[in-house]
Amino acid sequence: MMMSLLVRREKFSVYWKLTLDECILIGTNSIFIVAIVSSFIGAVTCLQTAANLVSPLVPIYVVASVVREMSILELAPTFTCVVLAGKVGSSIAGQLGTMRITQQIDALEVMGINSASYLILPKILASIITIPMLVTFAGLLSILGGFIAGRLSDIISTQDYIYGIQSDFNEFNVSFALIKAFVFAFLISSISAYQGFFTKGGALEVGQSSTTAVVNSCIAVLVADLLLAQLLLN
Amino acid sequence: MIECKNINKSFNNKHILKDVSATFEQGKTNLIIGASGTGKSVLLNILVGLIHPDSGSVLYDDRDFTQANKEEEQEIRREIGMLFQGGALFDSKTVEENVMFPLDMLSGMSKSEKTDRVNFCLQRVGLDHAAKLKPSEISGGMAKRVGIARAIVMNSKYLYCDEPNSGLDPQTSIRIDNLIQEITHEYNITTVVVTHDMNSMLEIGENIIFMFQGEKIWEGTKDNILGTTVPELQNFIFASKLIRDMKK
Repeated sequence: MMMSLLVRREKFSVYWKLTLDECILIGTNSIFIVAIVSSFIGAVTCLQTAANLVSPLVPIYVVASVVREMSILELAPTFTCVVLAGKVGSSIAGQLGTMRITQQIDALEVMGINSASYLILPKILASIITIPMLVTFAGLLSILGGFIAGRLSDIISTQDYIYGIQSDFNEFNVSFALIKAFVFAFLISSISAYQGFFTKGGALEVGQSSTTAVVNSCIAVLVADLLLAQLLLN
Repeated sequence: MIECKNINKSFNNKHILKDVSATFEQGKTNLIIGASGTGKSVLLNILVGLIHPDSGSVLYDDRDFTQANKEEEQEIRREIGMLFQGGALFDSKTVEENVMFPLDMLSGMSKSEKTDRVNFCLQRVGLDHAAKLKPSEISGGMAKRVGIARAIVMNSKYLYCDEPNSGLDPQTSIRIDNLIQEITHEYNITTVVVTHDMNSMLEIGENIIFMFQGEKIWEGTKDNILGTTVPELQNFIFASKLIRDMKK
């Protein structure tokens, strides 16, 4: 399927408009859920870390460092992408599956249009463009959420929190998070598109494709997470 | 003119089409009729290239479609228009955008030329007032007419209709049949209609082939179909008491 995306392509202007539309559907429409999830995850991480750091020998700013590291390394890329696998993945699979069973894809093929390229390539490109942006946004909100939770529960002062998120900061972790985001974006969009595009049957099968897309995307994200951590951090 | 020669197709060791040969004439409404499960839709999908036959060939005015390279296939595809059973309109686009879609993707026409052409096609099918509606906002009969407009917008030489009357009331069915026949004669195109609707057969069947268990076993016109002596075709046509009474 991947090779078929690149042959018999349409005009660049067609893909430009389609990709922009998909960027809005995938990116803009996911901002709210990503913001909610990442803020609360950051807040919970701060509270739970503080609850477990009971030793007086450990300075309190370590809570902020932990929130930063967890947000950048794992919560923002992986957790966000698992959430997006559900939202974006099911949407892509459902849309393409419905198009398949209503013969809209056949209509494209009869017209001589490469349906796989026309329908799937913009989705993959839009995912690769917007999901890393969402992951970056999630990382920032997660750290902010931790700060708000820490201040509201009086666990950590503002100065300690700011000091903590700056201390021993490893810039490579940001690159690592973005690499994960790109890989996860490709996996989510391509797996979901495959499931939807090759749906056979009726409405029941569209639902099954959607569910399978989400499950397979989540598993792929988690496996890729492990492999990337092993390859890039060790 | 469209020809299919010795078409064979099997799925999962089940022989669906057995050595089917037929000629579909230009300027006529050619019907493929038969009971459900006789291979009509499989034959149609082979003719339009959605399925590849196990053996045999499909010729468009002596151009071999089954053996064509990508460029030749694209050239033939631009001359094909198809009305799918459910309309197959793109949900996210309006009626106007659906009809304009082939022009946007395949023609080099200017925006005004495309608009004029789309308006002409929508007027031809009587839906110029519905241009801004979405497919979910129009009836089944209207969706079929939009499908016809989209099929002819590129000045197609070949028009395929897959059960165009399914799900429609008798009055709308007749309207769709008449529209298909008018367009066929007006533009002198080769039209192939897959149907098991008796009314369509008797109204617009200028060239009819009857499929039974994957084989073509009769060919004729609406004028001689009622007098057929082929038992399988007799069972098909006279299954309805109304038709039997008509014959009497």
